[in-house]
Amino acid sequence: MAKDAYKIVHHKYDAVVVGAGGAGLRATMGLAAKGLKTACITKVFPTRSHTVAAQGGMSAALANMGADDWRWHFFDTVKGSDWLGDQDAIEYMCREAIPAVIELEHYGVPFSRTEDGKIYQRPFGGMTTKFGEGPPAQRTCAAADRTGHAILHTLYQQSLKHDARFYIEYFALDLIMDNGVCRGVIAWDLAEGTLHVFRAHAVILATGGYGRAYFSATSAHTCTGDGGGMVLRAGLPLQDMEFVQFHPTGIYGAGCLITEGVRGEGGYLTNAKGERFMERYAPSVKDLAPRDMVSRCMTIEIREGRGVGAENDHIHLHLEHLGAATIHEKLPGIAESARIFAGVDVTREPIPVIPTVHYNMGGIPTNYHGEVVTKQGDNPDAVVPGLFAIGEAACVSVHGANRLGSNSLLDLVVFGRAVANRCGDVVKPGSNHRELPGDALDASLSNFDRLRHAKGGTPTADIRMNMQRTMQRDAAVFRTGETLKNGCTKMSEVFASFADVKVSDRSMVWNSDLVETLELQNLLGQAVATIYSAENRTESRGAHAREDFASRDDVNWMKHTLVSVSDAGSCTFDYRPVHLYTQGGVDAVPPKERKY
Amino acid sequence: MAEFSLPKNSKVTAGKHHPAKAGAKQVRQFKVYRWNPDDGANPRTDTFEVDVGNCGPMVLDALIKIKNEIDPTLTFRRSCREGICGSCAMNIDGSNTLACTKSIGECGSGEVKIYPLPHMPVVKDLVPDLTRFYAQYASIRPWIRTQSAPPPDQERLQSKDDRAKLDGLYECILCACCSTSCPSYWWNGDRYLGPAILLQAYRWIIDSRDEDAGDRLDHLEDPFRLYRCHTIMNCTKTCPKGLNPAKAIAEIKKLMVQRRTL
Repeated sequence: MAKDAYKIVHHKYDAVVVGAGGAGLRATMGLAAKGLKTACITKVFPTRSHTVAAQGGMSAALANMGADDWRWHFFDTVKGSDWLGDQDAIEYMCREAIPAVIELEHYGVPFSRTEDGKIYQRPFGGMTTKFGEGPPAQRTCAAADRTGHAILHTLYQQSLKHDARFYIEYFALDLIMDNGVCRGVIAWDLAEGTLHVFRAHAVILATGGYGRAYFSATSAHTCTGDGGGMVLRAGLPLQDMEFVQFHPTGIYGAGCLITEGVRGEGGYLTNAKGERFMERYAPSVKDLAPRDMVSRCMTIEIREGRGVGAENDHIHLHLEHLGAATIHEKLPGIAESARIFAGVDVTREPIPVIPTVHYNMGGIPTNYHGEVVTKQGDNPDAVVPGLFAIGEAACVSVHGANRLGSNSLLDLVVFGRAVANRCGDVVKPGSNHRELPGDALDASLSNFDRLRHAKGGTPTADIRMNMQRTMQRDAAVFRTGETLKNGCTKMSEVFASFADVKVSDRSMVWNSDLVETLELQNLLGQAVATIYSAENRTESRGAHAREDFASRDDVNWMKHTLVSVSDAGSCTFDYRPVHLYTQGGVDAVPPKERKY
Repeated sequence: MAEFSLPKNSKVTAGKHHPAKAGAKQVRQFKVYRWNPDDGANPRTDTFEVDVGNCGPMVLDALIKIKNEIDPTLTFRRSCREGICGSCAMNIDGSNTLACTKSIGECGSGEVKIYPLPHMPVVKDLVPDLTRFYAQYASIRPWIRTQSAPPPDQERLQSKDDRAKLDGLYECILCACCSTSCPSYWWNGDRYLGPAILLQAYRWIIDSRDEDAGDRLDHLEDPFRLYRCHTIMNCTKTCPKGLNPAKAIAEIKKLMVQRRTL
């Protein structure tokens, strides 16, 4: 490639946010409000981001519908994380939840209401009272079953009010790194077909999860973990990638999400015998057990021959008994989804469901300010200057080995705000940008050019399918050493096959063939990281269930996995300690057996 | 004298025909609009034969299958594939809708015709330029506007009845199916706001927490912005979310009359 083959447009900002979902928009607004010159780069128009698909709600101990306390929320989240979550960060999130949700209401989010006009709250899995001793909490603030849509649209409306510049349908290619410092990001304007360099004192990755590494996921087609891919290419590690959440109730076949709020409102699961089997596995919370447990129980029922349907390969979710009025008021969206994608009238018949890949607990390691951290020598908390990550892209870690439902929308808003505050403290508005080294863009541009002209023998879609099938088969709800080893071998082959990728579209304008290829490159690194991390962790904790190591091993494995992936696709591991301490507003919860 | 003939390169020509693979059992033809900004050629319609027995049920599934297996250069937007993000709005079988929730079986017999949203500039294939649509959305300043400060540590209260007034409005996904189905918007899209944006405007006018309804109505009191709606009702007929933008527009017009007669 000739050095000047691509004309590049240069921009200078104080802060650049990559991604315009809930976290990215909240950060963008906050940064602009701090007086920082802010840009937000996004590959889809903001209201198309996957936050829009969140249904059930956002947790916060408002106590609008019964006694509650943010410390109980803290306890539930630590326990839900199977003690892999960092307790200082969890404390911060649960404490800040209350002002965060009030702030959203003030922004105009159309929350459902109680009789006395307050925000409506519903029960959700793993949310209890009195440090796990009391009855289920009603903690999840909801706008019917379209809470993500309501929040995302409101955040976009608010960001229109602020002085931030949006670069819409720009695809971020790579971080610009200079001696371990992040100095900006390079992106491709799909509509104009031009390349852009955004120099910034703070680059905030809010790029979401990588659910599309799997064949069947509730995640959108665009959930390709682009931030994680950029971080790996920058030579930085990802954290806890073995922890992939399967949502118990994806629609059988289509994979579309049916909210846990259905069970929060009184819905329940049955097997082929019509038995409410969750009563056997989790006698106290039953169908409102955390997602990792419910997904395992469903998988056991199916494996033991008690699945429903002609192939005995799925489970029924009932809400007929709730009545048409409740369904219409509280669950109208999933009634529509069930009709369209399963042909089911939920007022009469159950929805066929199956555990479906939903959320990545792992991601880019950060502290609770949103600063990206890595391990340097003996320091496990070394900050990478100029680089931040928030939302599902990040691993703070507030979700540890298993996220509780409705803690994700919370995570987005709390850490989107936190990162803006941190940048307000550490970035001086309008300060000078240092010269970039002459070769700062070379690796990214040559990768882009190579893929744009790739003339191999295997189309992008074929490699992607091989990856998705492998991950679906070998990094599933239950894992064993043998299947994981096979999966690692197979994933390495798939990774290597990318050298033979074939791209058919050579255009610079809206070349979605090339976009999908760049996304696949991002996915492949994270798929390899996931399955090798899973093979490496010889215990069961949260969503990582090893049949050959069935119990949790706090002696050897109470630690975060750090995984780096080389250009050739080989993984190396390191570890960071779990923060078993708080900031002082609540006592830390020492590890104990996780039973519900 | 105004020029009424279309530019030469606007004429849609017949494109390529991609026959089904041998052994395909349930073949349906998809006739898809193609236009590439790079080659200067006229737009064309390519015909793809797809074995729908070996394909997901929705039109989006067929488009993805075509892109994966036949022609990777086919370009369209898509994201959530469950009817909530609004990316894959296009004209299918004669109506504007979302490809992800439109089942192939619901399309009329014969070939399934797929075009971009009508009367919008095309960027490439099925990707329209929605810049103006988004700018019109921003122009109504679609955020909560209040004079009084909210309670510092608590939500604003809103009764269940007041909250229910937002149902049928807040669910809009900004897919632009309605606006681009409206002949009045086709003709005056530079000055008429169109049904989607007016529905969004009404969503704030009617929100009990908002305190700027007067100003919002002042902004709409204009022969074009609001009154180019001639109750054609295509918007309501086509909305893939089952919303009723025409009713929202009528409610705004009623409020205009009411405040004049006060």
